[in-house]
This record gives sequence, structure tokens and C-alpha cells, in this order.
Amino acid sequence: MRVGGLQLSGMRVGGPEHSGMRVGGPEHGGSTVEARDFPTNRGGLCQKGWTAGALLRTPARLTTPLLRVDGELQPTSWDTALDFVAARLARTRVEHGADAVAVFGGGGLTNEKAYLLGKFARVALGTAQIDYNGRFCMSSAAAAGMRAFGLDRGMPFPIEDLAASDVVVLAGANPAETMPPFMQHLTGKVIVVDPRRTATAERADLHLRPRPGTDLALALGILHAVVADGHFRADYAAERTTGFESVWRIAAAWWPERVERVTGVAARDQREAAALLAGAGNAHILTGRGAEQHANGTDTVGAWINLALALGLPGRPGSGYGCLTGQGNGQGGREHGQKADQLPGYRKIADPAARAHVASVWGVPAESLPGPGRSAYELLDSLGTEGGPRALLVFGSNVVVSAPRSSHIANRLSTLDLLVVADFVLSETAAAADVVFPVTQWAEEGGTMTNLEGRVLLRSPAVPVPDGVRSDLDLLRGLAIRLGQPEHRFPADPEAVFDELRRASQGGPADYSGITYQRLRDGDQLHWPVPSTEHPGTPRVFLDRFAHPDGRARFTPVEHTGPAEPVDDQYPLVATTGRVLQHYQSGAQTRLIAELNDAVPEVFVQVHPDTATRAGLLDGGRALVVSRRGATEALVRCDVTMRLDTVFLPFHFPGAQRANLLTNPALDPHSRMPEFKVCAVRLEAR
Amino acid sequence: MTARRVVVVGYGMAGARFADEVRRRDPAGERVALTVVGAEPHPAYNRVLLSAVLAGTMPPSLVGLHGPDWAVETGVDLRVGVGARSVDRVGRTVTLSDESTVEYDALVLATGSRAWVPPVDGLRTESGALAPDVATFRDLDDCAAIIDHARPGAPIAVLGGGLLGLEAARGLLGRGCLVTVVHPVGHLMERQLDPAAGAVLAKTLTDLGIDVRLGRSAAQHVSGDGLKLDDGSHVPAELVVVAAGARAEVGIAESIGLSVRGGIVVDDLLRTSDPRIHAIGDCATHPGTAAGLVQPAWDQATVLADLLTGADPAARYRSTPAVTRLKARGVDLAALGETHAEDAEVITLHDPARGRYAKLVLRDDRVAGAIVLGFPDAAATITEFFDTGAPAPADRLALLLGRANPGGAQPRSPAQLPDDALVCRCNTVTKSRLVEAWRAGATDVPALVAATRATTGCGTCTDSTRAIAEWLATTPERP
Repeated sequence: MRVGGLQLSGMRVGGPEHSGMRVGGPEHGGSTVEARDFPTNRGGLCQKGWTAGALLRTPARLTTPLLRVDGELQPTSWDTALDFVAARLARTRVEHGADAVAVFGGGGLTNEKAYLLGKFARVALGTAQIDYNGRFCMSSAAAAGMRAFGLDRGMPFPIEDLAASDVVVLAGANPAETMPPFMQHLTGKVIVVDPRRTATAERADLHLRPRPGTDLALALGILHAVVADGHFRADYAAERTTGFESVWRIAAAWWPERVERVTGVAARDQREAAALLAGAGNAHILTGRGAEQHANGTDTVGAWINLALALGLPGRPGSGYGCLTGQGNGQGGREHGQKADQLPGYRKIADPAARAHVASVWGVPAESLPGPGRSAYELLDSLGTEGGPRALLVFGSNVVVSAPRSSHIANRLSTLDLLVVADFVLSETAAAADVVFPVTQWAEEGGTMTNLEGRVLLRSPAVPVPDGVRSDLDLLRGLAIRLGQPEHRFPADPEAVFDELRRASQGGPADYSGITYQRLRDGDQLHWPVPSTEHPGTPRVFLDRFAHPDGRARFTPVEHTGPAEPVDDQYPLVATTGRVLQHYQSGAQTRLIAELNDAVPEVFVQVHPDTATRAGLLDGGRALVVSRRGATEALVRCDVTMRLDTVFLPFHFPGAQRANLLTNPALDPHSRMPEFKVCAVRLEAR
Repeated sequence: MTARRVVVVGYGMAGARFADEVRRRDPAGERVALTVVGAEPHPAYNRVLLSAVLAGTMPPSLVGLHGPDWAVETGVDLRVGVGARSVDRVGRTVTLSDESTVEYDALVLATGSRAWVPPVDGLRTESGALAPDVATFRDLDDCAAIIDHARPGAPIAVLGGGLLGLEAARGLLGRGCLVTVVHPVGHLMERQLDPAAGAVLAKTLTDLGIDVRLGRSAAQHVSGDGLKLDDGSHVPAELVVVAAGARAEVGIAESIGLSVRGGIVVDDLLRTSDPRIHAIGDCATHPGTAAGLVQPAWDQATVLADLLTGADPAARYRSTPAVTRLKARGVDLAALGETHAEDAEVITLHDPARGRYAKLVLRDDRVAGAIVLGFPDAAATITEFFDTGAPAPADRLALLLGRANPGGAQPRSPAQLPDDALVCRCNTVTKSRLVEAWRAGATDVPALVAATRATTGCGTCTDSTRAIAEWLATTPERP
């Protein structure tokens, strides 16, 4: 499901037996939603979940393909649209080569769609140019998890473990707004790391408030305090890890008083965090986008993982490190091949053995598979340029709003020969397209999603598909056949796609081969890897060993470098971007729901009253937030809990209200994550 | 192009950092050929951590700045256990204590400082060495010697109530020793604190169990017995830790005629009076830079590495704002900038009963200095404003108090809640929405939940929703 988007199964609608949310049948017009008790949401839903039914009957629903004629999007038939797109794609490929066609996916797509999209790109289009919006979301946590543990499963433990945890650190996560039902799991002490006093921070036992862009230094300071105050688990480090010494050589220079000067977090609070964690029977460290969406996001997550390792948490029953995965299928979406460097089963596309295995499942020669392509921002940045793609297919993403430096990205889109968007409403990106395909949404379609704890969930259709609408799988099949692919290679039935995915993932890190729809229907709780149909699944992945060949986790030396764009006299404030409870992602869906939109109808800039006054702004007035890349018009919302040097904007709004007009596309060298969380700005009165 | 030969005398925190910064800019050694000479037999280690070692929470094995293979891995000619004996400024060579000579194009003095031992009868033996039960607190060997004596219940005297002395005293107290601090001035840490702050600090330390003797000097030390003070009183001590201050190590510099005023005088390019010779860290004197702190040494190392590798020929060292933090468990003290200011905006808060004192000095709306004792989070915030030079918040008192300011967090009864108070954040349910639902017939908690969805998200508003229902049930009219 693309609504709500939070990686809790309570937000993951499927058949009543498989998720925390139940949808009324056709007699209700698919418009009622109930909560049910499920491990992740425990019967809770937030406003996005409760109102998700409204999306099924929104008047803005697309029910016919649209084709741009004389500059206007006009209704057309599926066959006309499919023929048109296939012909243009084929021509582009002949004239400019296979890499002139690109594909952009989404972390909200089901596993089946993500899988088939990756296959479609590599086999039907033959292009290396595919990536997805999860690059803007989960990529730093994924890269850091791979580096430290040899495997990236967001939470390598079941979510129930959190309720028994004595201390949970939320580093750069605001679940009280982004996944409220999750808060029920936090029954022990909570340490929140966030520059803002968020709804989550208000409930924290200890709120650490670093200057934006200094999270890594804070993690080093707490690690220092753990070691200096005698809490380091040397026995665990010796048995289960490598590399502590190289990490300590860096952390040794970051004693809490020095870290205080960089981060603004009191040395005593750093020591208290260390003592709380060390004194806990069970403890967890969880990272969110606040730690991850930086040009050094992978290293920042690595610093939190180093802390977890120094405390001996990962791989210990009842403790651990995890990331809070966002988007409806943020975990599964990063496993099955819509990522530029990846093949199904979390395999590497550059690995010859992985290529041979997947090619054999697909029935194509391994050498026909393209290599790694550009990462999301680089892909969008290259559109229409010399050597860049000239046609783009977008599935489940609204890049005009969600990509960094978004006015530049909109310009790049406008230079394409062909832009095709599959969506169920006319998102800002769809509105700019040459062809729009109306596709199914959450309660209308079947398929699997993998939640934040690596548990695979089956969704069954609850309401009928409106006339004129087809699933993304249908769309891919229609295009593939027109591009000359054999019919059997692109099934449109989710279960058939899943059975193929099982084989393609077999033996890979994210092995789904033992998962079947029937097992899921029977209520089996299956956390991957599930290497055989008799296998009970793996709720806790690292109990015996980590996934590196030597079985050990790796401490990784990481150093504080600070934001890519420091403040200066011209741009003296730090802008950080994020979410509000009522909206999801680019807001294309939630802005259509009156209850949600009335609560937060437009973008605002949250700012300390002193800072507003100095910029000549009044609470409730209008401001122009200006960075080197653009300006955003926003309502001024004064808040005495804000740092004086920091302003916050949510990114859910379109047009001149896009927070991403400001953001800095500096990329993380490992994950290619853009720096959404810090850029230098100034405030001007409107 | 041949690499410039740079010789560093001193392998402590400044010298090691300088070497790191050079290699960060020139990893392959193409621009700079480095020789580092260190008098101590160990690889460089982090002196800041010695307080934790003394306190017993950190093993000495973890204080190293460099691993055993550092020199090989970074291509540095490292010579430990040897000192620099003489320098030939004309021939540009350094002669070491092992009689070898090293040629240089640029010489960096990072010789640090040494403990000053006051001329008190009995602290030294006739040969001039320290008495066996007297130790300074400068290096790892000092640390080991102190720990040897620091059994629980052992009486130990610390001479000097400055930063180092108090950190040592706090660490020894943590080991269970009976600690007396003897300080010749009327209040502690007089370089950083005003008398009122010093008095609050003394009370805090006394409450922790340290015997603080102010305005008293040691007159005599008797080994095995203790100290006799200048007022005739007696301090029993199995060990005397001398922390009476430090002096820049300038022997070499003086012997070759460099300009020395307390430390080796350097300019903004960190040059001494001989432009081929540089000095950084505790041995150097730069106008407007306090000695004894590591941050200036590291800032200087960065600038000098920029200059000597050519990475940034325009780099200059101006100054490092002095922020002093006492690292002592249970005591939270920051002192920064000008703390004895006249003719500035000064806000003072004096709460000796709770061990709290805060003084904020502002000029032109900016933090010019502060003493913050017992307000840890305020110390952090005030330091940020001091470092960035950003205008201070209009609400000075909130800044000064930090979390100690209870503002606004009072629990309210449902009747007092404003109508638009958000009760259930997850579902945007206000108090007035609940009231409306009640009046429309939802007159118990389950009905309110069904009508508004309050409590159905994260569940934390369950209590407040119930309280509102109880209030509505017992309130006959619309309030």
C-alpha cells in the first residue's frame, strides 16, 4: 500500500487475517477502515490510516490513461497508450541505445512490483538506468548495515523485543508523528536524538538536541563516555567483532566536553546516555532519517552501530541495533532489484555468481544483463543531458516534490523526449508527464510487503478495481509484450510473480524461497531469510553469527566532518526538513483527504521567535526561506523550543511550497543519499 | 620535486596531531618528509584521558593516540625515547640525545610543558628528584605512580586547586582515598572563576567528601607523614600530588636564542623568531591564547599543516576561544571568555545551597563570557553562543537556566485546558472535538473513542481522554 507508508503492518492493508488494518467490503464502497490487533501496531492506527479509505473514493482518482496531445493531457485507451509508449521506448533505444531509457521506482511498491520492475528494466529494456526513491530514504542505513553486519535487515529482531527493552535510543527518528502506533512498544526509558523538540522528544526520558549535521560527533561522544566510564564490553568485542581499536583511536579524541562544543549537547547528558545504556539489561539503538539523510549518512549510522557494538547489543537476544524503515515497503523495496546496483534477493549486480543465478531464473544469458546504473539523484540529474536518459518511466514516486533541489529536477524532466508516470492520482510528476497510466492502489490489489522487522506480509484485494484501472504488473506486462518479450516472462498475477521472486532470491542474502502465499495465508510469521518451505523463518538474524564471512560484526572507523554546506553570513541558518503526522511523502495522496489537509493545509517554517523577529517575521505571517538553490514560501510558525540557529520545514507540499527547492543534493559517497537534513538558508519577509 | 623535510620535536598531543594533519593532506609523503622525535618511551597518547585513568574507569591501554604500526603505515620516521639535544640554526640540523643528527627544512617545536613544583621543603630529595611519596600529574608514568598509592582509605594531599588538581582530587576520591586539596589562593580555579563561583565549587567538592583548604600553602613535607601548612595545621598524606601549575618546555628554544616570553613566541603563521622554526601547543605563546588546553594545540596543528604542506598557504592561526571544562564526576563546570568583566551586561544567579552558580557576560547582545556551575545543559548552550558569536536569546534567564527552567510544564485539569488543546496528536483530536462528541451523545470513553478516534494511535492520550470524560460526566453545563 502506498498510503500511510509507515512500515508497520497496521498501516499495511491486506486481507483481514494478515495485517493490523481491516477494510470494509464492497458494500461499504471500500470506504471504512478498522484497526485490528497486530504485533506492530497493537490495534492502533494514526489519522492517515483511519482516513485511508477516503483515497479509495477520491474524486481525484485516475481511471483512464492520459496522453499529452497539443500540450494537454487527454484521456485515451490503454491500448493506445501502451502502443504509444512501447513504440517510443523502442525508437529511443534504437536511436540512442538501451541506457537512454530509465526507470524510477518506489519504496511503496509491493515486492512483486519492485521485482518485476527490476526485471523489466534489465530484460525488456536492457537498461542499467534504474533506481528508486528508497535511495532518498533507506540507503544510508542499508549501506551501514551491510558494512557492519554483512546484511541489511532494518530490524534484525522482531518488534516485540522493543517492548521488553529497558532503554531505546531513537537517533533521528520521530515515530510519534511518523508512525504513532509504534510508540506503544517503547515501555522502557527512551533517549531521543533530535535537533527539534518533537512530539517524540517530548516523551523522552532524555532528549539530546544536537546542532543539525553533528549527529556523528554525538555518537562518538557517547561512545567515548561508554569506554572512559568503564562500560565497554571488551569480552563481546573480542568474541564477536573486529576493528574496535581503529574506532577507538578516533573516538578517544572526542571526549564529551569536546563533543559538547561541536554538538551543543551537554557533556553530562552524553554521559547519562552512556550510563543508561550500559546499565540496561536489554537496550536498543534505532536510527531514522535524521541520522541517515546526510552526505555522511552512512558514516553517521556507522557511528551509532559502533556504539551499539561497544555496548555488546547486536546479536544479543532482546537487544540490538535497527533502523526504522519508512515507506510502505521500504524493506522489501530495497531487496529485489529496483536499486541500481542490485539483483533480487539482495544480490549485487556486479557479482558474477549473482548474475548467473538470476539470469538462469529469467531465462536470459547472464552477459545480457546490464551492470550497475546511476543512483537516484544522479539518474534524475542526468536526464536529457549528453549521454543521459531521454525517456523515463516513473512508478510509485513523485520526484518533482520529493527529490532534492527539486526545481532543477523539474527542469531535467522537462528536457526528456518521453516521461511516463504510473500513479492513481495526478501527482505533480504525473501532471508533467507525456503519458499517465492509472494504476491500482492499496486495497484493490494483492501482493506482499516486507515490514520494518523483515517480516513478509500478504495483502489480499479487499475492494474491486475501478473500471479503467489496471495494476502496475499488468502495465509492465503490456509494455514488455509490445517490446517483444515472451508472455510467460512477465506474469501479471502477483502470486505467479512471487513464485518467480522466490526462485530468484534463493540462496541470496534476502532468501524468500521458503515463503509461499499459502504459508502466509495460514498465518505463518515469516521473517527472512526463509531458505526452505519447512524453515520457520528467522526473527533474530544475528544470534549466532553476523553475515560477514568470518561471522563477526565490523567496527568501522568514522570521523566527524560536519555538514556539506556550512552556514555563513549570507545563509546564517540551518534548515532541516521532515514530516508531519497528517501527510505522507510528497503529499500527493494525503493532500486529497480533507481531514488531513485541513489539519495541515500548507507548508510552514518552524522557527524560534527570536530568529523570526530578527528576520522581521511575525508568527502566522509569510516568509521566504532562501537557499543557494531556491526559495520556499512558507507560513511562519514560531516555537520557543526551536534552536535559534535552525528552522524546520515539512516536505509534503507542491509548487512554490516545496521544501526540496532548498535542499542540497550533496551525496553520501557510500549510499548516494542526498543531504536532506541540513542546508544553509536565510529568512526573508514576504 | 623533493619533499620538504619537516622535523617535529615532541610526540605528545600537539606533535602527534600535527603529524596526523600533515598526512591527511599528504598521505603519500610526496610533499613532506616527516621525522618525529619523542622523549617518552611510549607512542603518543591522549593526556586528556589521564583523568579517567586516574579515576580507574579507563584502562591505560586505551589512551594511545597511535597504534604500534602508525609510523610504518604513514611513512613517518619516528624516534621515541630520544630527546633533542641541540639545534644548528645555520646548518639546519637537530642533534638528538642518541648523538644522531637530522636535517630539516622546517623545524616544529612541540615540546609541551612540565609540571612546576613549588620550592617547599621536603618535596624533593637532596639530589633534586621528587621524594618517593610525591608525584606530579603530567604523564602516564605519573599516573601509574599515583595509582600505586591510591588504595581505598589512603590519605592523599593535592597541592593546587586548579583544573588539573581538582580533576586529580575527584578521581582519587572515586578510588576511595581521603583527599585534601591545598590551594594558596582564597578561591578555587582563580584563573577562570570569580570568588563566588569558587566558593560554590568548594562547597560542592566538600559535600562530595574532599577536604578543601583555601588560602593555605604548604610549608613543609615530611615523607611518610604529610604536609605542614603555613598556618601550622597538618595534612596527613601518604602521597602528595603536585598540581601547582605548568611551565612551557623552552630549554631548546632558549639555548638557540629564540624569543621566549613564558613560552616560545609565535606569530599567526606559528613562526618563532627564526622563520624556519615553528612552535605549537603548550610550549608556544601566541597572543590571546590560553595555555594548558588541547583545543588551541590542535587548531595550531591544523593551521601549520596547511602551511607546511602547501595545502592552504593563506591559513593563519588567530586564536581559540578559551572554554574551560572541569572533567570531574558530579561536578559540572564551564568557564569561558571574560568572566571578570566590568562595564558589560552581566546576569548572575547564585544558588549555593544547591551547588549552582551562573554568570553570563554579554556585549552587544553576544555572549562574551560565562561561568556556569551546576547547569550542565545551559553550559552547553551558552558555549555554543560564545563559539558562534550568534546573538543571544532575548530571554536571558531561559538561556541561563536551561532545563532548570520549569516553564509551562504544569499539569492542567481538563477544565483549564484551552478548547483547541490537542489531546490526541495521532488523530488531530482537540478538547473541543471531544466536548462536541460528548454533547452529540458519545457519553463514555468507548463512545468518545469511536466518535473521534482519540487514543487509537499511539495510545498515550488514553489517560487524558479518560480525564476529560470524567470531567464532562461531572460537569452539568458546558464550561
